[in-house]
Formats: sequence, C-alpha cells, structure tokens
Amino acid sequence: MTAPSPTNPVLPEQSGFVVELEQFSGPLDLLLHLIREDELDITDLPIAKIADQFLAVINELGLNQAADYLEMAARLLRIKAQLLLPRRLGDDEWEDPRSELVRRLLEYQQIRELVGWLQQAATRRAEQLGRGYAPPSPELPPAPLEIELNDLLAAAERVIALIPEPMLHRVVPRPLDVEGATARIQALLVAQEEFGWSDVVGARPSVVDVLSAFISLLELAKRGALRLAQPAPFAPVVIRRESPREAA
Amino acid sequence: MSPLAKLLEAALFAASRPLTLEELATLGPEAAGEGEGEEGGEAEAETRAALAELRGAWAGEDHGVELVEIAGGWQFLTRREYAEPIERAQFALRPRRLSPAALETLAIVAYRQPVGRLEVDEIRGVDSEAVLDKLVERGLIEIVSRGEGLGRPLLYGTTPQFLEILGLKGLDQLPRLDELSVALRPPAPAEPE
Repeated sequence: MTAPSPTNPVLPEQSGFVVELEQFSGPLDLLLHLIREDELDITDLPIAKIADQFLAVINELGLNQAADYLEMAARLLRIKAQLLLPRRLGDDEWEDPRSELVRRLLEYQQIRELVGWLQQAATRRAEQLGRGYAPPSPELPPAPLEIELNDLLAAAERVIALIPEPMLHRVVPRPLDVEGATARIQALLVAQEEFGWSDVVGARPSVVDVLSAFISLLELAKRGALRLAQPAPFAPVVIRRESPREAA
Repeated sequence: MSPLAKLLEAALFAASRPLTLEELATLGPEAAGEGEGEEGGEAEAETRAALAELRGAWAGEDHGVELVEIAGGWQFLTRREYAEPIERAQFALRPRRLSPAALETLAIVAYRQPVGRLEVDEIRGVDSEAVLDKLVERGLIEIVSRGEGLGRPLLYGTTPQFLEILGLKGLDQLPRLDELSVALRPPAPAEPE
C-alpha cells in the first residue's frame, strides 16, 4: 500500500491517486496512506496540506458521502483553523490542536502493524491442514425452518414463560368506605355537638379510613350537615354540628 | 509407545479439532492403571508425558503429519511442505481470508479485551458493528461480559477459534506492544508557528 514515492512532497495534486475503495479500511487508514506517500512526519503534521489532500481524495473516490470520512474531513478543517489561533496552556506551553489526531494516528498505525502480524500468522497456519478440515462457510443461507405446529407452540410457551413480569406501577383498587364513614360521622353528630378528627377515624387509622372519613366529612360539610373549623394552623380539626335539623 | 500414548493418538486422530489437556486427561483412568481416587493433577501430568512421547513419535522425517500444540490444545496437522499439493488436488480447502477491516477489529479485540464497540470504533475511526457481528458469527470473538456505564455495553473477547486460525498456543504468543516498531508515545508539545 505504501507506494514508494520520491521525496517530493510539493506535488501532491499531480500525483494522481490510483486507489480502490477497498484499499482503505477507514479515514485513519487513508490519512496514514497520505502521510506515508509524502513521507511526512506524523508527529509534526502539515495539517493544511493533509486536509486539502484528504478532501481531494474523498471527493475523487466518492467517499464524501460516507459519514466516517466526512467526520474526519471536518476534524481536519477544525484543527487547521485552531492552528491559526493556538491557545496557551501554561507559561511556555501552547496547546497543539493536532495532538489528539496524532495520538489516534499512532495508535491506529500500531493496529495496522498488528494486522500485518496476524495476517502472517494466519497464512502460516493455513499451510497446515487438520483432519477432515472443512472451512467455515457462513455464506450458506440458513436452512428453511421445518417444524411441527406443536413444537412451535411449545417453544413459544417456553419463551413466554421466561418473560419476567414487567415491573410497572400497578394501581390496586382499594375500595373507599365512604358510606361507612358517613354513617359513623352522622352517629357522632347525633351524640355530640362538637368532636375532633380522631373521634372520627380512631387512634390508628389506615390510609383507606383516613381517605373515606375525609371525603365524607367534605361531603357532609357541603350538604351543610356540619361545619369544619381549624382554630390555628396545624391545630386539630374541629367538627361541629351545623343544624339540629340535619343531624336528626 | 505406552498404552496411554496410543489411546491419545486414537482420540486425536478421531477428533477434527484441537483437544485440550483436560479433555485428553479424561480418557485415561484405566489406561493409566489408576483407581477412582486418582487426582486430576496426576492424570494431567501423565497425559502430558504421554503427549510428549506421542509428539516425539511423529516428529521424525518419516511422517507427513505432526502433533501440534494449538489454541490451548493438541491436534494432528499436515506438515507445511505438503500444503500445496493437497490444496492443488482440492482434497481440502483453505480457510477464507479475513478482510483488513476484520483483522483490524480482531487485533483491537485481542489486545484490549474485554472491549466494547465504542472503543473499537474510536480506534478504527469507523463504525465497526457489522464487522464485530461477522467475527462473532465466524466464532472468532464472543461476548464475554457487559461493561459499566451507559447502556451496559457488550464487551467482546477472543475465542479459542481465534487462536486456532492463527496457529497460536495462547494469547501470550501475540507480539507484545512494546516489541512493535511503532510504540505508543505521547506527542511532544509543539511550539506555535
């Protein structure tokens, strides 16, 4: 892939890229190819030049539709812009916008070297054959399904049985006993002219008791059977008979 | 040859894949002449000795096959010099070659395992989902665990099959990263132009 070119990095546009699509396994591969072709120093990349070449190649190869290549092109242009306005890191240090790209290129170059090693190992391994060796043939289409209806149903049941109960919030209907609470309050109204909240619900009310009593109190207050009062904020609610006529 | 070596020879002949030491060790209780109380370690030591004997028996110039340690196991393979005529006669087919993309992905998985797709994508600079799926399908990598973090990503690792197609005994036979000509190093901070 590394076409040895004369050390003339000034004429990249005229070198005419004769490349096939499969030749590059990605934008980093293409970048490395350009760097090698021009024998550039990877740690001191002339970004402006490499960005122009990169754009030219992906346009030529029709790769400018491929997201991975476009993303790299955008990255190169951003680095090119950032180089014009370097940021100061410390007293004598300047941020090099290229450093991340250089790190990735070096890392990728290392992977390419490993690929060469793996390729050699695989080639060498292929010189030895095992008994009854049959190459894996994943290209074979999957065999048509031939199953009995009962088997299918049984399989479906097994799968369904494995589905865990969805952990959704479930509304449990808890019937409120508003009638009971109303009867109790009306009995209290008959007996006493004035009583408190705890007289209605008792010492240890359940949530349902509280709700039932509360609803029936509001309902009775609306009907004018009683009057609700609270002498001070957070003080106990005082329930008072409104008219003897209603209570009777 | 000892009775155990001959038994191993028969088993390795019958199998069309590498057999591990543990697998081979399960063959031998009667052959080794030991009772029920025999320890696994002892059986393995005897199997190891018998394997060495067997390999020695096939090592000479008198045979077309040899006993090879591969992918954590042992297998009879044809000698290299006969690959070409056998292939020409089409008695056996060579395995399909792996694409550069597949090899890149394999290399990353081999060195970074367990590794998630995002890391592979990041190193290759390309979406690698399809390649990873293909390698899983070929049995060269497998999902080994799930990572921490967002979405608990699937993490991939290599399989014994990976070692087998490369003819490696184990992962430790892969080149060490610092042996490569390109060692990873942080780029030097540059001065502004």
